[in-house]
Amino acid sequence: MNLLTIIIKSLRQHALSTAITSASIALAGGLLMAVWVVKEQSHQAFTQNNAGFDAVLGARSSKLQLVLNSIFHVEESPGNMAWNDYLEIRKNPNVEAAVAIAVGDNYRGYRLVGVTSNLFTQVEYAPGKRFEVAPPGRLFDPELREAVVGSFAAQRLGLRYGDTFHPYHGLNFNEKEQHQETYVVVGILKPSNTPADRVIWIPLEGLQKMSGHDARAATDVSAALVKLKGSGQAGFRLDLLYNKQGNRLTFAWPVGRIMAQMFDKISWFDRVLTMIAYLVAVVAAGSILASIYSSMNERKRDIAIMRALGARRFTVFSMIMLEAAAIAALGMAAGFLVYGGIAFTAAELMRAQTGVVLSPLAFNKVMIWAPAGMIGLAALAGFVPALKAYRTPVADHLTPVS
Amino acid sequence: MALLRVHKLVKGYENPEGQRNIVVNVESLEMAAGEQVALSGESGAGKTTLLHLIAGIVRPDSGSVEFDGRDICRLSESERDRVRATGMGYIFQTFNLLQGFTCLENVLLGMHFGHGADRERARALLHRVGLGSRAGHYPRQLSTGQQQRVAVARALAGKPKLVLADEPTGNLDHENAREALSLIREVCVENHAALLLVSHDRDVLSRFDRVLKLDTLNLAAG
Repeated sequence: MNLLTIIIKSLRQHALSTAITSASIALAGGLLMAVWVVKEQSHQAFTQNNAGFDAVLGARSSKLQLVLNSIFHVEESPGNMAWNDYLEIRKNPNVEAAVAIAVGDNYRGYRLVGVTSNLFTQVEYAPGKRFEVAPPGRLFDPELREAVVGSFAAQRLGLRYGDTFHPYHGLNFNEKEQHQETYVVVGILKPSNTPADRVIWIPLEGLQKMSGHDARAATDVSAALVKLKGSGQAGFRLDLLYNKQGNRLTFAWPVGRIMAQMFDKISWFDRVLTMIAYLVAVVAAGSILASIYSSMNERKRDIAIMRALGARRFTVFSMIMLEAAAIAALGMAAGFLVYGGIAFTAAELMRAQTGVVLSPLAFNKVMIWAPAGMIGLAALAGFVPALKAYRTPVADHLTPVS
Repeated sequence: MALLRVHKLVKGYENPEGQRNIVVNVESLEMAAGEQVALSGESGAGKTTLLHLIAGIVRPDSGSVEFDGRDICRLSESERDRVRATGMGYIFQTFNLLQGFTCLENVLLGMHFGHGADRERARALLHRVGLGSRAGHYPRQLSTGQQQRVAVARALAGKPKLVLADEPTGNLDHENAREALSLIREVCVENHAALLLVSHDRDVLSRFDRVLKLDTLNLAAG
């Protein structure tokens, strides 16, 4: 018999209210942790995950649209640029590598991206990591109707090595818009945890010359993904060349800052979500206060008995505070399940929509401070009923209330 | 040396009209270690309040309660709690068992705030009061007589020097009352604890060698 046993007994005695208040704590804590982790990880993923490119060159448009369309494969294409523009930037002394892409088709909702082969030979999507095809596959032959499928797209579409498919026109799937061409899957990319995972890669020319496409634009490309040489000076020079001196094309650089600006613009949404989570936490703490406080009348006799047996005022005060904290601790334990549910769902949605992979199981400091904060808040909520317990006059409550 | 010495103890409460009603006014009361004393008096005579004063649950207006050489009226509240936890056992008319705790846990609770829980001793006490096989039962699963036995075990759990029993047989039928009283007296003797028992039951009082009569104003040694 110790204080913990007494508290557990009390929690069991008030099992229903314990369960309800713990559930509200679980919801609040789980929500808070999920919002926090998804916010931080998505911010990190979108601002630091540039799939190996520093910049994007494309038709005159907003930089954000260009980046979203070319790197993250979401959003509409802002338009095309001439093949010569691609050749020009590829030869620019500030550029280490330039990869041309063309978009405009899909297969059952997953984008087909026509790309120059150097995406697989010249570009590291992360330091020391290149896109690789899983055995027994190989890279596509630029002269043939062959496709290399991103790992996530392959999994979702059920595409395997040797499968064939007909592309569909447009970025959104429409059954009536099927192209006649047949493509053969010659490789599945190993997972890279980048947006490339949810794309079907085909030769650039294959997309440019797909039946039904405007023949006049057969040599155009949607954008050029650019890997710069050296430090930021190269970017400044190209920014000056395309954005300030020229007015035909847009040079979106640096990718990370453009994405960060996007997050800045939608930061109010993060704040609203966080505020809601905080508010839920406060309401949950309030429910602990209400729950324990409302049971104080029935507890007074037990408290008086314990005091008569020699329990000190501070002991009964601590018991109530610890009980409130224990309810929060139980709630936060369940809160990790709620967190898992929300975070894994959000991660799955994020992956499906953008190819960006979140890691809900990765440690985040919120997993320490949120439970600690919630338990502290609950203990604080327990202060009022604890004070009531502290002030319970022993002699008045030793006889039962009839 | 007396275990308990009460001297000029006065306690009053203010009534709704603002007048002070004296509930306890005890000139002198002494008990030796291991002694068993019965305290009689009419309802409202202040018997329970006197026990509360002796236990240090309430403070007197004036006077002293010297227990085991210390005037508990001069002690701080936490010190009085400590004296109660380590030196006194309390048996209530309504048993006052904690309903969410088993018999064993109720007895362990009687130890917890004092010298610390001793599971073996708790089991032995329950066995002594005839409830060895009911240790895991909850109070609601016991008869009133059995509940009072648990209360007796709990009162003795902390190895007290003094057991205060407030109408311990008041809620029991005649047969159970007789058994409970015998049990209380026996276990107090076995545990070298003095007993101050409050009752207005003549049958109960007749079984004590020393009976003190309390009226609302004064206590006269019997």
